[in-house]
Amino acid sequence: MSRAPGNLALGLRHRQRLIEIGSIALGAVLLIWTLLPIYNLLLIALDPEEGEIEFTGNLWTSEPTLDGFIDVITQKARYLEDFWQQFGNSVFIGLLTMVLTVLVGSLASFAVSRLRLARGSLLTNAALLTYAIPAAFLIVPYYRIMHEYGLYDNLWAVVLAQVTFATPFAILILQLYGRLIPLELDDSARVDGASPLQVYMRIYLPLMVPALAVVAIYALLLAWNDYLYQAVLLSPRNMTVSMVQGQLFLDVDAEWNAMMAAAILYVLPPLAVLFVLRRYVAASLAMVSSGP
Amino acid sequence: MSTQPLAAMGPPVALKEPRRPSRHGRLRAAEVRWGLAFIAPYVAVFLAFVVHPYAYVLWMAADPSLYADLIDDRLFLPTLVNTLLFVGLGVNLKMFLALLLSGFFLRPRRWIRILLAIYVLPWALAAAQTCLSFHWMLIGEQGLVDGLLLQLFGIEGPIWFNGRWLGLGCDIAVYLWKWMPFWTLIFLAARLTIPRDIYDSAKVDGATGVRQFVHVTFPLLANLYLICTLLSVLWALGDFTTVYLVSNGGPAGLTNVLATLGYHYAFNFGRPALGVAAVMSALPVLIPVIIVLMRRFQTSALQL
Repeated sequence: MSRAPGNLALGLRHRQRLIEIGSIALGAVLLIWTLLPIYNLLLIALDPEEGEIEFTGNLWTSEPTLDGFIDVITQKARYLEDFWQQFGNSVFIGLLTMVLTVLVGSLASFAVSRLRLARGSLLTNAALLTYAIPAAFLIVPYYRIMHEYGLYDNLWAVVLAQVTFATPFAILILQLYGRLIPLELDDSARVDGASPLQVYMRIYLPLMVPALAVVAIYALLLAWNDYLYQAVLLSPRNMTVSMVQGQLFLDVDAEWNAMMAAAILYVLPPLAVLFVLRRYVAASLAMVSSGP
Repeated sequence: MSTQPLAAMGPPVALKEPRRPSRHGRLRAAEVRWGLAFIAPYVAVFLAFVVHPYAYVLWMAADPSLYADLIDDRLFLPTLVNTLLFVGLGVNLKMFLALLLSGFFLRPRRWIRILLAIYVLPWALAAAQTCLSFHWMLIGEQGLVDGLLLQLFGIEGPIWFNGRWLGLGCDIAVYLWKWMPFWTLIFLAARLTIPRDIYDSAKVDGATGVRQFVHVTFPLLANLYLICTLLSVLWALGDFTTVYLVSNGGPAGLTNVLATLGYHYAFNFGRPALGVAAVMSALPVLIPVIIVLMRRFQTSALQL
């Protein structure tokens, strides 16, 4: 302790300044890293059709225009003549995956954790086994079994595949959260004569809303992110937005401003859902972090 | 230590919890019937879409001659190496950086909270579309990245997809861009559960900065870190979109990973069984990973 207190305080202040500068630099790097590809999407989307941005390396277009967006919305862009139908197919897959995952997952985890089923943990382990072979590795057998089930080229084939891959995660999350809700609540309702179904509807579901929101977002994003299963299990008669864009990505002749405008329109809905549910997501994080 | 290591995955983080009161009440037959009715939908999904395809996979991949064909294919061994690099580098870099960044986002500054909202965007943006953006951004001398390099620094950028290692590096970078935010959020939530007083007493003992991270934060998060890493390995092995839409396996198929190679065999060469055999060559990695994962879940997070 030979240093004077003033010196120490100065050293500390100096250190804190360094940390502050360092974190601002890191923040700037993160900002550029995150936004560059999004900026690139926007840049190409705002370029005129025969514009100079695509494949020229320019950083800004000299005549920004919304033509790309207008062509998509009015379905005038090449390959996107049925844009709204493709978009509708994507929405169908996303919404149904979300609803079914929440339903199937919450029913199963209610049974395992609230009804005290013997060997309930067996179900959880079996669910985890779904991830033993990664989803992309299963595309060949899925192609075959969907033919067997008569579901090939049916939007339901993709929905069921996505529900299969989303539900194990949902069951794990719901079980973790479910432990924060006292079993005594169920018991007193049962004493009052409520059936398990009523307990599920009136007690379990309302109290689990934050966790259900997390599961819903997870399932929606899983379906929305998917390209492989849509491309293999559906034919061009049932195009989705991801399929069109994935199949054309090597085609330099595609109308790229419209393609990127469509991509921007496509990425917006999950963002909106996330924004609407952000309160629940934050609440569930806070609930868990504050402890039972 | 007063808290147990956290064991969980996904946004929630399980805390140590007092044991439930013993299972009181007798199971009645009606109760069991209700329980079976509640799990019936999931059991149906599981049988039709997990058990059935798994049986198919094992049956298709059982023919030994397929593996002789694989070894003979010039693409197979490079693909194995690529998969190892993509998963090994991608997952470890992602997890470690996410762990460090979660500490950065813990700083109580308003601008950091706004930055966090922007930083998690890639997780919520659709994969195929953003991969396409990366593809066009990097494509040769005409993309935005090389344009930026030239105009800001006067550097002639490389042709990203002309070489195997550069192409694979791009795939890994896009993987990081897309998936690091999600795991950063997980670690951020986990760090919030570490009681402040642990840090306070560590500070009294003289542990700050790096030493605090090594001796306090990391041991507390180690279990969670392991579970997340293992789960990421499984999910990264199954990442088809990134490699397919960013480098497209090129040049000359040299940046393929198992997921894209299996797809090419099955749907471009018309040899589905060979495709299944190719992806199943990852089985020696998959089995230990899933066994460790199940054990971890059983002993910690899911002990009800």
